[in-house]
Amino acid sequence: MLKVLKSGFFTTIQDRGRFNFRDKGVPVSGVMDSYSFHKANKLLKNNENAAALEITMTGPTLEFEEDTYIVLGGAEMSATLNSEPIVNCKVYKIEKGDIVSFGKLEKGFRSYLAIKGGFKVEDKLGSKSLYYPITPNAYIKKGAEIPYDAYPHFHVEHDEFPTDSFLTEVVLEVYKGPEYDLLNDKHLEALFFREFSIAKENNRMAYQLEDLIKGHSFSMLTSATLPGTVQLTPSGKLIVLMKDGQTTGGYPRILQLSDRAISILAQKKSGDKVSFKLK
Amino acid sequence: MSTFSISIKPFGEHAILVEWPSKVDEKILEDIIQFNQYLKQNCLKKNGWETVPAYNSLTLIQKDDPIEFNNFKEQLKDWYSEENIVDSVERYIWKLPVCYDLNFGIDLETISKELNKSTDEIIALHAQHIYTVFGIGFLPGFMYLGGLPQELEIPRRISPRLKVEKGAVGIAGKQTGVYPQESPGGWNIIGNCPVPIFNSNKKDPCLVNVGDKIQFYPIPRAEYDLHKIQGEVGIYELEKEIINA
Repeated sequence: MLKVLKSGFFTTIQDRGRFNFRDKGVPVSGVMDSYSFHKANKLLKNNENAAALEITMTGPTLEFEEDTYIVLGGAEMSATLNSEPIVNCKVYKIEKGDIVSFGKLEKGFRSYLAIKGGFKVEDKLGSKSLYYPITPNAYIKKGAEIPYDAYPHFHVEHDEFPTDSFLTEVVLEVYKGPEYDLLNDKHLEALFFREFSIAKENNRMAYQLEDLIKGHSFSMLTSATLPGTVQLTPSGKLIVLMKDGQTTGGYPRILQLSDRAISILAQKKSGDKVSFKLK
Repeated sequence: MSTFSISIKPFGEHAILVEWPSKVDEKILEDIIQFNQYLKQNCLKKNGWETVPAYNSLTLIQKDDPIEFNNFKEQLKDWYSEENIVDSVERYIWKLPVCYDLNFGIDLETISKELNKSTDEIIALHAQHIYTVFGIGFLPGFMYLGGLPQELEIPRRISPRLKVEKGAVGIAGKQTGVYPQESPGGWNIIGNCPVPIFNSNKKDPCLVNVGDKIQFYPIPRAEYDLHKIQGEVGIYELEKEIINA
């Protein structure tokens, strides 16, 4: 078991997501930054769907009750193992009783703690990702015990990946969305020749952007939305749906983020800047 | 098939959107459901495909591989134009009990004044009609129901409630629906449905499909309490009738 001594701001368990129920209105969920998650799982030679902790803004304090191996990825949060600093994208051996904790948020917004073999919580509709009310809890609370299998011996082939510029990127690569054609020259100029600030309304469901562009009076029938869909409201607000976002919506879908752009955006917090670039 | 002219658009790396004429129309919905069924039975057998039908659109999503748009578009057009035979899938009218007592139907008295109808008339009208499920979204198991009688059309509340009870039955604009879980909401609440339409503990968490029909029927408080308990312990079976396609 992994004992949660302190929970942090918003810590959840996530895998790749909950597929096959979108026609019943169930959001996909899954890791917000799949780029960092996959890198961490790869170093541990895990199954690509192995569940990890997704740690938002401030991290938990965790006590490991069995030997294993872990890798951190995503945001840099001044993590320590038994009070010694540890870094991202590097395999660490964990012994019974070891404590991992997190400090100041240095870079990015969401950190991942991947563990050899993945966390073993119950599957709900084919996924371990927390999403209330599909799962009884929306996030991990203090005192929780999260199961994992002991892994005393793991032959580490590559023990680290070099760091990259991922966390500091601001350009979001986008495709034209289904309602892109309703945009006029004014809209296009506003969309592609400036930066946008992330609003304080940002979470696993959606990121709102602070700066408005021109509105519209286009009305459409409700239709499917995806993680990474950029909606334009009649008042000119841009809303980027994320992993826990609703599966259908009635606002024009003007842009669609690439997979990588979703991961980049997942590392932004309110006040950070992003810009769009057509792919 | 090929009853309608359809348009096919890319929707990011992993999805493709097929659109029918932009109308709320049972014939269009029926065509979408047939095509969706055909695709699922014959064409999209590889793992990782999901389809989302709603009103006048069908979105195809491939979670693993990127979609090669131009090739796939041609393929889809061919599939749509084929004289295809679909193994018929059973479709249902689901009968949902609703307690319209005033302590559940918290907006009944207000809308009774606005619509100039007694609460009994409103309840009778709401329960008489059969509604079509045009989409499921917004929340897990939330059905977009079309077919509300014109006499019951009323705008959404000016200020949405921060908390609408699970099971609340509401009306707004041309739509009616049931809130499958507690959530914020702006619809006018006229009753409460005690039985779960969505249950994440079941392998198939939501038996209702897009294209099915819904009919509500009024029940007294005592029956509400009974169904509520049956629902909570998981022994309530939704009432249904097969629709002959």
